[in-house]
Order: sequence, then C-alpha cells, then structure tokens
Amino acid sequence: MATVEDHTPPTSEDFRHEIRNWLQQNCPAEMRDGAAGEDSICWGGSTWEFTSEAQKDWLERCAARGLTVPTWPKAYGGAGFSRDQDKILKEEMQAIGARVPLQSFGIWMLGPALLKFGSEEQKQQYLPPIARGEIRWCQGYSEPGAGSDLAGVQCHAADQGDTWLVNGQKIWTSYADRADWIFALLRTDREAKKHLGISFVLIDMRSEGVSTRPIQLISGASPFCETFFDNVTVPKQQVVGTINRGWDVAKYLLTHEREMISSGGNAMGTGRALGAVLSESETGQGDPVLRGGAMRAEVDSLAFEMTLERYKDQAEGGQGVGDASAMLKYMGTELNKQRLELVMEAEGSAALTWGETPASAWLRTKANSIEGGTSEVMLSIISRRILNLPG
Amino acid sequence: MAKLIETEEENLLAEAARSLLDKSAPLSHLRHMRDSGARSDPALWQEMVAAGWAGVLIPEAAGGVDMGHAAAHVLAREMGRTLTVSPFLSTAVMAATLLRQFDDATTKARLEKIASGGLTYAFALDETAKFAPDSIQLTAKKRGNGYTLNGKKRFVVDGCDADRILILAESEEGPCLFDFANTATKGLQRDALEMIDSRDAADLTFDEVEVTGDALLGAAGAGYDILKPALEAGQAALAAETVGLSQAAFDLTSSYLKERKQFGTTIGSFQALQHRAAHLWCEIELTKSAVLNAGRVLDETPKEARLAVSVAKARATDTAQKSVQEGVQMHGGIGMTDAFDMGFYMKRARVAAEWLGDYGYHAGIVAQLRGF
Repeated sequence: MATVEDHTPPTSEDFRHEIRNWLQQNCPAEMRDGAAGEDSICWGGSTWEFTSEAQKDWLERCAARGLTVPTWPKAYGGAGFSRDQDKILKEEMQAIGARVPLQSFGIWMLGPALLKFGSEEQKQQYLPPIARGEIRWCQGYSEPGAGSDLAGVQCHAADQGDTWLVNGQKIWTSYADRADWIFALLRTDREAKKHLGISFVLIDMRSEGVSTRPIQLISGASPFCETFFDNVTVPKQQVVGTINRGWDVAKYLLTHEREMISSGGNAMGTGRALGAVLSESETGQGDPVLRGGAMRAEVDSLAFEMTLERYKDQAEGGQGVGDASAMLKYMGTELNKQRLELVMEAEGSAALTWGETPASAWLRTKANSIEGGTSEVMLSIISRRILNLPG
Repeated sequence: MAKLIETEEENLLAEAARSLLDKSAPLSHLRHMRDSGARSDPALWQEMVAAGWAGVLIPEAAGGVDMGHAAAHVLAREMGRTLTVSPFLSTAVMAATLLRQFDDATTKARLEKIASGGLTYAFALDETAKFAPDSIQLTAKKRGNGYTLNGKKRFVVDGCDADRILILAESEEGPCLFDFANTATKGLQRDALEMIDSRDAADLTFDEVEVTGDALLGAAGAGYDILKPALEAGQAALAAETVGLSQAAFDLTSSYLKERKQFGTTIGSFQALQHRAAHLWCEIELTKSAVLNAGRVLDETPKEARLAVSVAKARATDTAQKSVQEGVQMHGGIGMTDAFDMGFYMKRARVAAEWLGDYGYHAGIVAQLRGF
C-alpha cells in the first residue's frame, strides 16, 4: 500500500484518503479529544515527561512520518508537504479531534530561521532533533532595557577568537527553565549602529554560567523566565547567518511570530465558541448588552478568520504577508482579549474562582497584545511601512 | 472554495471599471447632479450597459455576460469609490438574480431588456423605518383573476425612476411578490424623497391598487423564498460598494495626513493620528476579506451564503461609518465643508447602512447562525 511518506499522490482526494487512513490507524484514542489547552500540549525536550503513553506514541509515530513538521523538507525530519497538503492534514486532524503531536519554539521559530538563514551543517545538526521533539528551544530576545525597542539589546558577546564570551540578561524567555537550548540576540558590536551590531546566536542551556528564574504572572502561571549569562563560552560557529546581521534574522522571525500569535489567537483561552459559552451560561442570553457585545465580537472574529484565509492564499500566490503580519497580530490579539472579557462577563461570579474557570485564560490573554511586539508597536509599523506616514 | 485573492480577470475588470468611472462619473459628477437637481443619469447608465455591466449576472442565453457575484462586487466597489449613481444594484444585481430563477418567455424577455439597457427595477420592501422583509403589512387581496393592494412602502430605492417595481405583499396564501410597471396607476401615490445622499428613493402608498394575476411572480405564498437570493445578492453587492467607499474616504484622509502642516510639521507625524489611521486600515482589511468571501460563497454555494453575506454587510456598514467619521475628524474644519468631498461619503455611508438591513439586523443573523 502507498504511504504518506514515499510519494506525492496524484490528486488531493487520494492524498486526503491516505491521510485519513493513516490517522485512523495511528492516532491513539486518547489523543482524539480535541484538547488544545496548555495542559494538553506536548512540548518535547530532553526533560519532557509524557503525560501518557498515548502522548509518547503519538509523537513518535508522527515524527517517524515527518508529521510534526509537515512542510519541512524530508532531509530535516519533515514530510515535504506543500501548503495545500498541509492544509488537508490539518483538516483531517481537526475532523477527528487529533491533538497537535508536538509544539515548540523550535518548530515555530528557530526552524524557519534556520531553513532561511542557517548553514547546511546547522540545518543537519539542529532541525531533526526539533522535529523528533528531542531538543526544546527557548527564545532570548527581550531584556529589561530592551522591550518594545528590541534592537537596543545589550546582552554582550565578546569576541575571543574561536569563541564568544557572553554576559548579560534576557527576560520573558518562555519556558527557559525547561529548555535545552536558547536562540538569542546578542550585541556583538557596541560601536556600530544599534541594528547593525547584533548577532543571532545558539547557546546550550547547560553551558556553565547560564541560569534561569521563573516569573510568576497575574494568571498564576509562570510561562516566562529571566535568563542570566555569566561568562558563558559559546563556540563561534553557533552564529546563524552573518555576524552583526542578526537583526535580519530577528525581523524575519518576528514576522513569523506575529502570524503565529494571531492565527493561534482564537485557539487560546478556553477554546470554546462564544455562542456556546453564552447559551450555556446562567446569565448570558438574558443580558442585551452582553449579547450585543458578543454579536459584534462574533462578526469581527469571522471577518478576522476570513482575513487569515485571504493572507494565506496571498502567501501561496507568492505575495508574502510581510508588514501586514503586524495587522494580523494586532487584530488577532485584541479580538482574543475582547472574547475572553465577554466569556468572563457571561459566566459572572462562576468565573471568579481558580480551577476549572476561564479566569486564568482571561488573565493570560492580556499578554497577547504585549508579547511579540505590543499593539502600539504594531500600529506604528503599519503607519510607517504600509501607510507611509512620516516617522 | 476559490482563493480569497482577486483573479487576473477581476483585476482587469476593476481597471476597466475605474477608467470608465474616472472619465464619466467621478465624484464631481455626483456633485453636479445634486446641484442641478438630477437624481439619476440615464446616459451614464447606457455607458455602463455598453460595457456589459447590466448583464453581469444575466445568463448569456438572455444577452448577459454572466460573470458572477464576485465580478459584480468588483464593479460595485469601484462605483463606491466614486459614489456613482446608477440602477446597477437594484437592477443588474438584485432584479437579475431574482428573475433568473424563472425560465418562462416573459422573464427571459425582461432579462434581455435589462442586459440591453431597456429596463430598470426597484424593490419595494420596507414598511417601517427599519428593514424587516419577514413582517409585511401591505396586503394583496385576491380579486377575480388579480389582486388588490393596500398599504405603504417606504424608502423604495430607485422608486421614482425605475421602469418596474417588485413589491413584497402579504396575502391569504402568504407572502407574494408582484412585478409591477412603475407608471401612473389608479390608487398609487408616489412621493419622491429628498435623500441626504442625493439619490432616487420614494415612498409608495397603495390604495385599492389593482394588479392582474400575471403580475404575481412565482407561486402565491412563495414571495419571500423567491426574494431571498436577490436580497442576499444585493446585500453583498452593497457591502462591496461600501468597502469601495471606505477605502476612498480613507485614501483622502491618508493623503491629507501627509500634506497638512500644523505646529511646523505634517500632522501625519503625530502618533495620536498615526495609530488611529493604522487601526482604520486594519478594519478595512478585515472588511475586504469578508466581502471577498461573500462573493466566492455566492458564486460557489449560493444556498449557504446567508452567514457570509451578513458578516460582509455588517462589517461593511460598521467600517464605512468609522472611515467617514475619522475622515471628517482628521480633516478638521475643511472636512465639515460642502466644498470638500468627505461629506458625500458620509451621507452615502449612512444611507447604505440602512438599506437592505442595518448593522444590528445582520449581526443578529450572524448570532443566530452561530448559536446564540
């Protein structure tokens, strides 16, 4: 029998059929519950503890077929799928409520950066372990003094000949306490203009002198850390792209991140449709003000989903999304915040306790319009680069 | 579904439309019509007919070009940019969509006449100050072979100058749709409305107006079902027109931000205005997607178009209002003057908001279809 792996089927219907069969045979029943919340995510990494045998099996089966990173080339652990094929896979997974087998910053961010800017050696070394969920990456961008003004990073890498000597601090490094490696923006030239003295560097978190400290958020969770570098030695070849041109890589990744945050926007939070929340809540249906707000949110969310679809179609047609990703990030995160406000309102005092309530998700969404570039930075990008207003 | 990007064909159509409209119907033309008291321009319509626009939704067998709803939206959008006055929406979009459901000789002849520019239509729907086609009070009482109509229709767009009127009435057998010559008729009183957007609209009062049996379209009681596709087509095309309007008003504002100097610098360098302009641009982007989507759905699965159409009309209504309000505010005093064009956009946006269902009407449909 033909398999997903060894050929590209002649028609999309054949392809869909094959994917469907493969999923039926390989996706464990426990992994078909449609769960998308924080607790159900498999992040992978050397210290990862699987929540069940099924989670482990599901990851391994997908990784063996390249389905953790379907659009990556086969040589680096992917399945070499086209965007259309990827879409079919996602639709078929959604149809049976299959969980995403593996999520990680390696898949979302470092992978795309390496595919575009990495050397062949770097791709061979770093991509397959990401695809198999063996190495977990975190992102070292922001610093206490470089938030919205990201190009102002000061965390320093001093040139020691064959190595860098890294000193400084990163903040808001997601899950740094559980990551194996970090990709970081480091100042490698203090004399150059601020955008031109930054390099994109890969650092093993087990290196001597690296330490992390979790930051507790208002939602009660601690997804972010402070990360400290105290005389950390890093081999020179762990720079991605050209030395001092790390900003190019960072900008590319930020665009990527914005698209990701915006498209994930509606899946964040409770993941339940607003209509369902409203009709099941004790107060939701009877309150005309709440109902009006929900109607508006629903109209806007649907138009936003159509916009994601349109931009994907544009990208497939060869027109990149480019700076317009700032719009996706801005609108997606603002709509998501608004949605969780409505959910809290609909559930009334029933939502005011910790535990099985939307409270934590509601609080978490407040970071959506800050992380990956604030809404205000997005609006400035749009006004300068798209509207060409004087800066 | 076809992709949500405009095809090469659609881009060419837009270019052709723009060049016709810029030459024959720029916004100054509407201003001139208003100042001279004209509410329609038959010569301009004949130009559009010659370009094939009247037949955009008419089958080739009936003399049309049958390009589909997405193409009609391209034309409507371009007319929205220039605020072009024409029977396009009522006639070429709504009446054509309605009539092509039938295949009798009379209907075919009417479609042919629309495509060749010899026939225009208006729809008599509203009876209160809001669009509510499912609660009709105007009665059609069976009388011999025909019917007697009694009641009132308000805000009949194109109601003065259209050649024929489609009237939704309630009968003992349920809703009926009548196709009626808009000429002097015993018992029919036509009051022209002096509209803020300077376009043609009328109130119609029916007092024992007699119509013959063959004026009834389709079966008695099926009036609303027959009307539905025409309403959805009209609502989506109006959304497209309104997107064109929003974009044009935004373009005016965005240019002004780059020109106008105060405090020794262009006002577009102020972040307070930049962020508002950027937000407005985002709103327009979302609305463009909703309109594109409605066009694709109407062309591919018209029976499932309700949600897509209402999302488009609701979004378009809301966005246009934001665009013209920000437009006036960011222009300051000049935005309030009649000599400047923004007021024309604002007035049309207000009328378009009410026609064929306002924001609340369409958002209500969305909520209902989404389970609350």
